[in-house]
Amino acid sequence: MAEVRDFIVTKEAADPLELPKLACGAMAASKPFVAKAEHQAPLGFPGELVPNWQEKAIAKLGDLLTKYRSLQVYLDACVKCGACTDKCHYFLGTGDPKNMPVARQDLLRKVYRRYFTVAGKYFPWLVGAEDLTEEVLKEWYSYFHQCSQCRRCSVYCPYGIDTAEISMAAREIMDTVGMGQKYSNEIIGKVFKVGNNLGLPAKAIRSTLDGLEEEIKEETGLDVRLPLDVKGAEVMLVTPSADLFAEPHIQGLMGYAKVFHQAGVSWTLSTYASEAANFAMFIGSYENMREIALRIRRAALDLGVKRLVFGECGHAWRVAYSFLNTLAGPFDFLDSRYPVPQHICEFTYDLMRAGRITFDKSMNDQYRVTFHDSCNVSRASRMGSEPGGQFEIPRAILRAACNHYFDMAPDTIREHTLCCGGGGGLLTDDLIDLRTKGAQPRMRALQQVAADHGVTHMAAICAICKAQFTKVLPAYGFKMSSVLSVHQLVSNAIVLDGSIQARALAEQATGASADREAQ
Amino acid sequence: MGVLSALFAGLFAVATVVLVGGLAYKIRLYAMAPAPLKIPTTPAPTTRGGVALRLAREVLIFESLFRANKWIWAFGLVFHAALLMVLVRHLRYFTEPVWAWVVLAQPFGVYAGFAMVAGLLGLWARRILVPRIRYISALSDHLMLALILAIAASGLMMRFVARTDIVALKAFFLGLMRLELRPIPADPILLVHLGLVAVLMIVFPFSKLLHAPGVFFSPTRNQVDNPREHRHLAPWAARLEAQGARK
Repeated sequence: MAEVRDFIVTKEAADPLELPKLACGAMAASKPFVAKAEHQAPLGFPGELVPNWQEKAIAKLGDLLTKYRSLQVYLDACVKCGACTDKCHYFLGTGDPKNMPVARQDLLRKVYRRYFTVAGKYFPWLVGAEDLTEEVLKEWYSYFHQCSQCRRCSVYCPYGIDTAEISMAAREIMDTVGMGQKYSNEIIGKVFKVGNNLGLPAKAIRSTLDGLEEEIKEETGLDVRLPLDVKGAEVMLVTPSADLFAEPHIQGLMGYAKVFHQAGVSWTLSTYASEAANFAMFIGSYENMREIALRIRRAALDLGVKRLVFGECGHAWRVAYSFLNTLAGPFDFLDSRYPVPQHICEFTYDLMRAGRITFDKSMNDQYRVTFHDSCNVSRASRMGSEPGGQFEIPRAILRAACNHYFDMAPDTIREHTLCCGGGGGLLTDDLIDLRTKGAQPRMRALQQVAADHGVTHMAAICAICKAQFTKVLPAYGFKMSSVLSVHQLVSNAIVLDGSIQARALAEQATGASADREAQ
Repeated sequence: MGVLSALFAGLFAVATVVLVGGLAYKIRLYAMAPAPLKIPTTPAPTTRGGVALRLAREVLIFESLFRANKWIWAFGLVFHAALLMVLVRHLRYFTEPVWAWVVLAQPFGVYAGFAMVAGLLGLWARRILVPRIRYISALSDHLMLALILAIAASGLMMRFVARTDIVALKAFFLGLMRLELRPIPADPILLVHLGLVAVLMIVFPFSKLLHAPGVFFSPTRNQVDNPREHRHLAPWAARLEAQGARK
């Protein structure tokens, strides 16, 4: 057991929510690569900063104010009470005061006040209104790409002001004037062209799935299928393409396959909709978000499936749960006995409750596990029929599949959860400094639970969280491999009917009863 | 005397028009702007009744603020509750006969004035002393506190230091409400008090005081969590849908 302990704390872990000293301008130089013309074009945005950008940006802001009540109300309602000032993980990790949610909002609010309010037009000095200058645009580009749209601030704001809404609007304005972010926009282009974020063609997907089928066969002795583009399947699984490619995501995909197999439900992936992620949400573009969502509708119609199930991905589940019906509905052609869409955790949990899944928990005994609540799942969606099901269901699955489960500190989980540091379109190498610093509060909470309960691994249900943690864990004294997929733990422990594991368990049981009789 | 009364009568007429008209304009703006996507901060209520309760908790006991910061919550709640009592108490100057429940609130309302000042001073102290909050404060944030403090202090002075001719004042306002001009007591503290109240009324629809109507229109707080059960579609999004070809 000792050799798999990935992290040993020798002294008391630091407080995850410890307040930093204000460090003005500490992150002013942080900015992601700017999108080139070829990244902008497929999304319908100009390829470079347009000559009359100032005029166009203000017009776009005016347009968004009439389209989004959130933006209009939130730009007016803030009283600068300070409730949000210590809530952002990027502020806690960097100390840069412009990473306080209210200060980040003020970057847009000061321009709104200058051009759209009486007070700002006539008394700018009084209310902190400012002209939209090149400096302001640069500041926008920097600090609106230091927000992972995790919504933690919105939990604590007395008016529910959600900085994510502000940063989405700001990014949409910047895209409109030709100052997009390369990482997100390039990826959206790939989805339009190939069908997924990673640009994986159908052949590559199929060969990955073949490999996984072989692996599961070897392990269980069963022909567990991972079907692709199968017409007439009951379930279409939409999952982040990272599940086809990266560790520990791919072990999660094997878990889904085993669960479907055990359920006896026919299912398929789709090449055309081989991506659950929808990065257009990060850039606040309704039109592009809708375009990506429609691929899922078209694939479901084309394959003639009856149910939609989503794999482990945080913001994808937000778009699926909260927006899919709006963007690509109505889904009256699907089986109305099931919610549209369903989360894979809901699917697994329902099967567990129906008594259809047997777990051999000892298969996960090498792990002492905690769970990282992903922001978009926690604060922007739900699982099951009760509010808060998004917290209970994954935990119920983990507790059923593992003997050693421990929660992190209460003020760092559930709706108080801390972002992994890489959400909201920031999971790019050009922002690695920001990502490492932004992960600090979560990492400290992990160090704490490692010290208190000997926790060795953290399970997550988000492709971005998993990729981000893999990258930043070493900076905090953990191994890269100490992040796991929830369905990886399911995959390890599930005992499929007729499998090698099932036979071994049965033999053990008869052996044990024979022993008892002999005595 | 005549000029002064006319001046204040005019001031309050203008202030009332600006306050009511400005708020109506802003509320209309908030109500007209669609919320195209379901964005309640979850866990969120799944029924309209649940949402009403959530908003009630937000408005009456500042639920989210309580979870955020106990100091801001305490000072803020003391200030707002006291302000409510003080406003109720002031209804006696605008009603004849005075409503029974306003009479009942009278003794509490008088002392609520002090609680209001205490809450405001607490909030202002944090604004000056806590570096994070000092950093986010604009001049207008300090002036707003100063304005409301000055109104409270001048009001308390009239109650406990230099009383004014309250009977004449009530006659002035009851007259004003029937569009009749009656003499206003030429008492400097009173005139300062009333002048600042008029300023507050005028500033209201142009300032952060819009948080009062705003909270009711906040989509993260007022939306029902039921996107899978009910399709939510804004008019502009529906038009977008009609334009684009869809399978």
